[in-house]
This record gives sequence, structure tokens and C-alpha cells, in this order.
Amino acid sequence: MFHREAGVFKTTYAADMALFPLPIAKWTVAALAVLFVAVVPLVLGEYYLSILNLIFVAIVGALGLNILVGYTGQISIGHGAFMSVGAYTAANLAVNFGLPFWITLPAGGLMAALIGVVVGTPSLRIKGLYLAIATLAGQLIIEWTINHVPAISGGYQASIQVPRPQLFGFAFDSQSRLYFFLLFFAVIAIVATLNLVRSRIGRAFVAVRDQDIAAEIIGINIFRYKLLSFAISSFYAGVCGVLYTYYFGIANYEQFQLIVSIDYLAMIIIGGLGSVLGSILGAIFITLLPIVLRLLLVHVGSLFFDESDLANVLSGTRLAVFGALIIFFLIVEPEGLNRLWRNIRSYFRVWPFSY
Amino acid sequence: MLKFVKSWLGVAVTTGVMAAGASSALAQQKEVVFGLQCDRTGPTALVGTVICPGFHDYIDLVNSKGGVDGYKIKVIEVDTEYKVPPAMEAHERFKKDGEVIEALYGTPQTLALTKKLEEDKIPGTSPGFGNAVAADGKRFPYLFPIAATYWSQAGAAVEFVKEKLGGSLKGKKIAYLFYDNPAGKEPLPILNTLAKQQGFELRTFAVPAPGIEMGAQVLDITSRYKPDFVIAHLFGRAPSVSIKELKGKGYPLSKVVSFVWGSAEPDIIAAGGYAVAAGYNTLQFAGVGEDFPVLKDIVAMYKKEGKPAPKEMESSVYYNRGVMVAAVHVEALRNALKATGGKTPTGEDLRNGLQQIKDFTLGGLVPPLTITPTDHEGGGWCSVWTVKGGKLVKTKDWYQGFRDVIEKQIAADAKS
Repeated sequence: MFHREAGVFKTTYAADMALFPLPIAKWTVAALAVLFVAVVPLVLGEYYLSILNLIFVAIVGALGLNILVGYTGQISIGHGAFMSVGAYTAANLAVNFGLPFWITLPAGGLMAALIGVVVGTPSLRIKGLYLAIATLAGQLIIEWTINHVPAISGGYQASIQVPRPQLFGFAFDSQSRLYFFLLFFAVIAIVATLNLVRSRIGRAFVAVRDQDIAAEIIGINIFRYKLLSFAISSFYAGVCGVLYTYYFGIANYEQFQLIVSIDYLAMIIIGGLGSVLGSILGAIFITLLPIVLRLLLVHVGSLFFDESDLANVLSGTRLAVFGALIIFFLIVEPEGLNRLWRNIRSYFRVWPFSY
Repeated sequence: MLKFVKSWLGVAVTTGVMAAGASSALAQQKEVVFGLQCDRTGPTALVGTVICPGFHDYIDLVNSKGGVDGYKIKVIEVDTEYKVPPAMEAHERFKKDGEVIEALYGTPQTLALTKKLEEDKIPGTSPGFGNAVAADGKRFPYLFPIAATYWSQAGAAVEFVKEKLGGSLKGKKIAYLFYDNPAGKEPLPILNTLAKQQGFELRTFAVPAPGIEMGAQVLDITSRYKPDFVIAHLFGRAPSVSIKELKGKGYPLSKVVSFVWGSAEPDIIAAGGYAVAAGYNTLQFAGVGEDFPVLKDIVAMYKKEGKPAPKEMESSVYYNRGVMVAAVHVEALRNALKATGGKTPTGEDLRNGLQQIKDFTLGGLVPPLTITPTDHEGGGWCSVWTVKGGKLVKTKDWYQGFRDVIEKQIAADAKS
């Protein structure tokens, strides 16, 4: 990702599909691993780790949605609801049966995958905007069901408190401990997605996205792969919901309403559809930008306004700037931050010469 | 491009220097930090944009009088847009800056932070929303509703209805019109218990989000069910719609009582003004209007600075609630400093300080609030204010409705 390559000639398909295109990439990954496992948690305080934690959870969800939207070309406005399915499944298992996170987490993901397949069934017949509305219906139905079935929601408050995740008696109860918990799953999600998209399944997804009739003619079972994409994508969303549940210590469907589905769509569109790095960049961008903007505006704004007026101006300005920046980035590079990053990289590859 | 980068660098450097200078100047003075979560841009911005200035103004007033025992109070505000992840980020930010007490905002946010507050030993206040069982200080040692929860509001509403209907509810019909979310459904256990105990018939009418379309429900109430009284529990834009619809269908608004989030001036104005809403009854957990000594002090403080009174004051229901929350926080700080003997207090000290608040009234703006280690709700006091002659007029002074039933429900929940 972060290195300059020269004299690389790929002569086989295997080489083209390799996870590490260059030997040096292994060192980059090793350096990143040291940075995130050893350096970051020691250097940064709890506050900054809490922001990273939110980003890690968002990465898992964004990757999942990108598999569906970016790679397979289907659309879902129901991902917030899939997260709540995962969250409530895990919370019920953890509270009623006292199961540990390493069972509830995959269980939450699987349940979300199951529901995701059901909601995704219309994708076999409809596409684009029609599918968007079908999945929107899924979102609303799931929200309503959780709100009105006490067996799922655990009563009028529709919220279930879960204990902190534990491993061999070690409780992940502070931001710095949860950091490792969430980092672990974010890394697994990234590696799994990287491997998925270079496998047969991943290429089948891309074929379906580019032209589904052509894909069918070259022997791809569209029925299977569309639903598989919904299942995998919803599995990620479910896991993301479980991670939120353990992070906040509570499952509450009001955390996963329609606006969350939209936020995640915004992440992958800004980050770049059909790219793993794009999902990561998008998750970082959408989570971090409001925070950075606030800190920046507090400092800049205090030059122009006194304190009592500042709060009034700040919130509105922040939203306006947030929206403007999204538009700005999409005009500069419609294919997202991932493409922007690649453009910068190819510019510096030949720098200081023009080509 | 380079020029652009340079200019931004300039901004960054100057702000950095200024921030450093400001913080070193402040370090000379004894200071405590209060965290304040707001919703200024989310779905309930209507509330946040008024409550938060009220909070700030009261703290400014305290600071302008020299602070509390020599300690100045610094308020850090974060706009969470009524979303949960930013609420967690806000909490960590407050913690980093050394907060000793935090004002929460929103039911989902309160639920998500309950555990964290306890782990970090920082007390949080959730006035008029959040979990009703949080009144139980033994189970939720760091969460303080400090005002009537939805359960207490339900008790107060039924008590008021009972009084209005001549002292007996036997055989009466009450409609409960509510927003179909967890907060809207929370009072149901209390209402059902009271229906059995008092012998009235209760029927519920759910309004789905976003609550601006309730023609069918209101028609059902006015034409089919024809209740003796309507208890409404709505949020955001929904209360004004309910006033308009009930009025339009010819139901007397004097037979409607609304919970605390459907009871402010903006709701009445949005429904078409005071003339339209005449007779509408509202539950309140803080005083209404500008006739309180503390508000006059705030106006005087503004006048001294050569500024007009803040425009938010006109929306006195929410503004006064902001003042009330701030005042309870300051009172907790005062108690905490008494206990520490002037040493810088911790979150734990503030928690103890909150629990020592006794008969705190702030000149009538706050009910006779008494918070104890077991009762974090402070008694669950409500008052009823009615729209009359172009303003809200107090029709029932501070009272506790069916306190025994609510306490029993809290105890039962603790056991389950």
C-alpha cells in the first residue's frame, strides 16, 4: 500500500491475485501491525482510543456493505436493521444463556445473515431503486418487530444490558482493553474481505455486478451468488451490531435506525465502492470528520465569536461544512477516497518527472 | 496549492499557540469541568437549542459571582445529534478533560452510557428521560434521573385525571396516545397497574415515528372510543400535531394532559398558538415562566455585560429545565466541596454530593428535590400547567402521583 514499486512484471494469474503483490508488502503489514498493536495503545490516551474503537466497529460494517453494494452491485438500505438483528441475538444469548462472546458473536452474525437472505430475496427479480425500496421495507419491518416483540427486545425499554466480553477471566472493560478486542475483529474482517474478493466467489460477485446476464451465460449461478452476497454482507453487519453491543454494554434498536444505514452507505460511497481500502478510509472519514471539524471550529470560531454565541453557530456550521466536504471530495474524485489515494500514489511514483 | 497549505498551517499554529496560552492562564485558577451533551442539530433540536443555553447561562451566573467556594466551573458541550456513537465519544472527551459530572441527553444515549459512567465513576444526570428504574440508586449508583421519570409522570398524569374527573376513576375511560418507541411505551406498566387499581379502562393508541401523521388514531379516539380523558406522551413535532388534530376533531383540550416532552411553548405555537391550544394541560418537572429570582439574576447578569436577555428565555419551559439541571449539578458540587473541605472533588464526591441534595427548590423553579442514595429521582415531583389566556398557568402545584405504586414497580423490576 505504502511503497513504491519498480520492475514488477506479473506473468501468471497467481501472481496477479496474490495477497501481497510485492515482497516488501509483507514488511509494510508487519510495520502496521507493530504500530497498531504495540505503539498506538501505549502512546494514545483513552479518548483517542475510544475514537479508534468507533472506527474499528464502523470498518466491519462498511466492509460488509461494500461487499454487497461495491462488489456485487446490489443495494441495501437495511443494514442498520441487520446490525440490530445481530445485536439482539447476541444480547439474548449472552443474558439468557450466559454464553461468552466467542459464541454470541458468530451467532449474531449468522442470524443476521439468515434475515439478510430473506430481505435480499427480492434482489433476484429487481434491481437498483426498486431493490433499495425493498430493503428499506426490510429495515422498517425489523425495527417494528424488535420494538413490539418482548421476547426479542426484553420488555418495554427494548434494551438488553450485556456484560463486558471476557476471555479466560480477562474482562475487556476499559477503552484500552476494548481497543484490542475491536482491533482483532476489524483485522479479521479486513483480511477475510481481502481474501474473499480475490477468490472465485469474489470474482463471481464482480461479474454479477458488471452484467448479470453475461455472468449467467458464463456459468455463474446468479441466484446463489446474489443471495450469498446478501448473506455475507449481513453477516458482517450482524457482527458489527454485536461489536456495538459489547462496546456500549447494551443492545438497543434505537442505535440502529434508518439513519445508520444511510451513514454506512455514505461511508462506502465516499471511501470508494468495490474496494477494501475504500471501506476503511470511508469509515475513518465519516467517524472522524465531525470530531475533527468540531475541534477545529471551536478554535477558529473562538476568534470570531464569544463563547455563548459560539455553541449556537458551531453545530449548524459543522453540519454544513461536513456536507460541503462530502460534496467536495466526490467532485474531486467521484470514485472515492480510495481512487484519490491511488492517484496521489501514481503521481509520486514518477515524481519529479511528469511521466 | 502550496499557498493554501501555508495559510492553513498558519491557522493551525496560531490556534495552537492561543490554545496553549489560554490553558496556561486558566491553570492558575481552581476549576472543575462539567460535561454537557446536547442535541442542537438532531431530531430533537427543538429541545437542545433551548435547554443548553439555559444550562450555560446558569453556570455563567455562578461563575460571575465567583464560582463555588473559589472553584470556577468550565462547561464542555458536545453536540451528539441524538446519535449513540458520538455520545460515547463525547463522554470520553469529557473524561479526558477531567469532568466530574455529566449531563446526558436522550434515552438511547443514556442507556449506552450507563455502564461506562459506573466504570469511570462519573455521575450522569438524565432529567425526564432514560430508564425509569434508574431511580433505584442501589442498582444504578452513577445514574441520576433528578426529575420525574416516565413512570412518575404516568402516576402524576393519572392523579391529575382523577382529580379532574371528580375524585374517582371507577368506570372511566382513558386513552393513552403515545409515540411508538421504547420511551413511549415505558409508562405502560404503571398505567396498566393503575387501571386495575383505580378501576378505569385504558386503551392505547400508538403513533408511529416520526409522529406527524396521527389522523387515524385521533379519529379513533374522538369518534369511536370517546374517552373521558386523554393522556398524551409524544416527542418532537408530534405534540403540536396532536393538539391540532384533537382540536380539529372537536375534542376538548381541557381533557388532555401531556407528558413533559409535549408541553413547551414551541409545541403550542406550532399547533397554531395559545388561542388554539387553550385548555391544554401539561406536566412539568421544572417551573414555567420568567417569574423566578434566578432568572432575574441571569437577566441582570446580561444587562451588566450590556447585552439583552437571551432570546431562548422566551421558551421558558425548556430554558428553565436547562437552568434546573445546571443548578442541581452546582448544588452537587457545593455539597462535594463541603465534604472534601475545599480539595478538588472527584466524580465520586459529586455522586455523594448529588445524594445529599435536600429540599432544594431554587426559589420555586425546582420542585422540593430530595435525592438520597436509594432514590436518585428526587421524589418524582410534577406540576401541571394549563394554557390559559395566552400563556401557561399553574393549575396544580408540585405533587407526587401514586408514589407507592411507582416504588413498588421499581422494587419489582430490581427483583426480576
